[in-house]
Amino acid sequence: MAGAAVLGRLTWRVADVVDVAAETARTKTIAFDVPEWPGHRAGQHVDVRLTAEDGYQAERSYSIASAPDGARLELTVERLDDGEVSPYLTDELRPGDRIELRGPVGGYFVWEPAEGGPVLLVAGGSGVVPLMAMIRRRAAAGSDAEMRLLFSSRAWDDVIYRDELERRAGDRLLVVHTLTRVQPDGWTGYARRIDEAMLREVAPGPNERPLVFVCGPTPFVESVANALVRLGHEPRRIKTERFGPTGG
Amino acid sequence: MDASRLDGNSVAGLLHEIFGTDMTPALGTCGNCGVDEPLGAMHAYRSAGVVLRCPHCNHMLVKIVDSETATWISSTGVRTLRIPKQEA
Repeated sequence: MAGAAVLGRLTWRVADVVDVAAETARTKTIAFDVPEWPGHRAGQHVDVRLTAEDGYQAERSYSIASAPDGARLELTVERLDDGEVSPYLTDELRPGDRIELRGPVGGYFVWEPAEGGPVLLVAGGSGVVPLMAMIRRRAAAGSDAEMRLLFSSRAWDDVIYRDELERRAGDRLLVVHTLTRVQPDGWTGYARRIDEAMLREVAPGPNERPLVFVCGPTPFVESVANALVRLGHEPRRIKTERFGPTGG
Repeated sequence: MDASRLDGNSVAGLLHEIFGTDMTPALGTCGNCGVDEPLGAMHAYRSAGVVLRCPHCNHMLVKIVDSETATWISSTGVRTLRIPKQEA
């Protein structure tokens, strides 16, 4: 039948948009129904392909935001003003529209509840998306793995998934924000870029051998990963995922 | 620090299409410095094609150009590739 893929091969699938919801001024979560979606692991991506009327195609890779849930798949996309693909996804897509996607892809930057904890997640801006999939996966699986999220955003209104993170925090999930540009009145949390001192305060110690996932823009990821190594964390337990401004 | 640099995770779909399996956990040994890293952790640059470089010594490991008619791969910079068998 139509959806039967050759083992190991990736096939482009048609995905129906079922919901579009704003997360922040610049990011939206788009929910798709993908018939015969084979399931995915938290942290994996999909490739999205758009085809213009003249046949021109553009492809981009997006992290999956949702935990595995049947045929439903959610992507959270940040609008890049000069991007080729993201403005279409965030501004034009409506429920009932269809796009092509393939996946899941990538088995390196993934976490499964069976791996346990402690787990340290470090996010810069929309780098939180694959980490949110891990947080949701942990909750859906009823895992009690200790998880800590250190999340850097520019301002309180730029914090993606803010309400859901507040709701999920507790129960061995620690959520710590730092706001690097603008802080609300009375803010008592961190108000600077993530540095070694902040990681020392928030992260489990190297002796606890946490699994670490760092995702954000390239300079952010490299600065955090280098600081973690200086603190004594094992490089092999630090997994990184970079996205660049060229993504679009 | 080059902000246009991504990592091997960002080209997972292209690599999967070429090799027929997920290549992000596959270990590549750098032909220059000899360090092993998963392809997902290699530095990746995308323009007309894709270039993967060693995150330790910046040696060019793999170049891929994908066109409508053919896929060109140069892998002279990588000494070995160890591709784990997929779980059934």
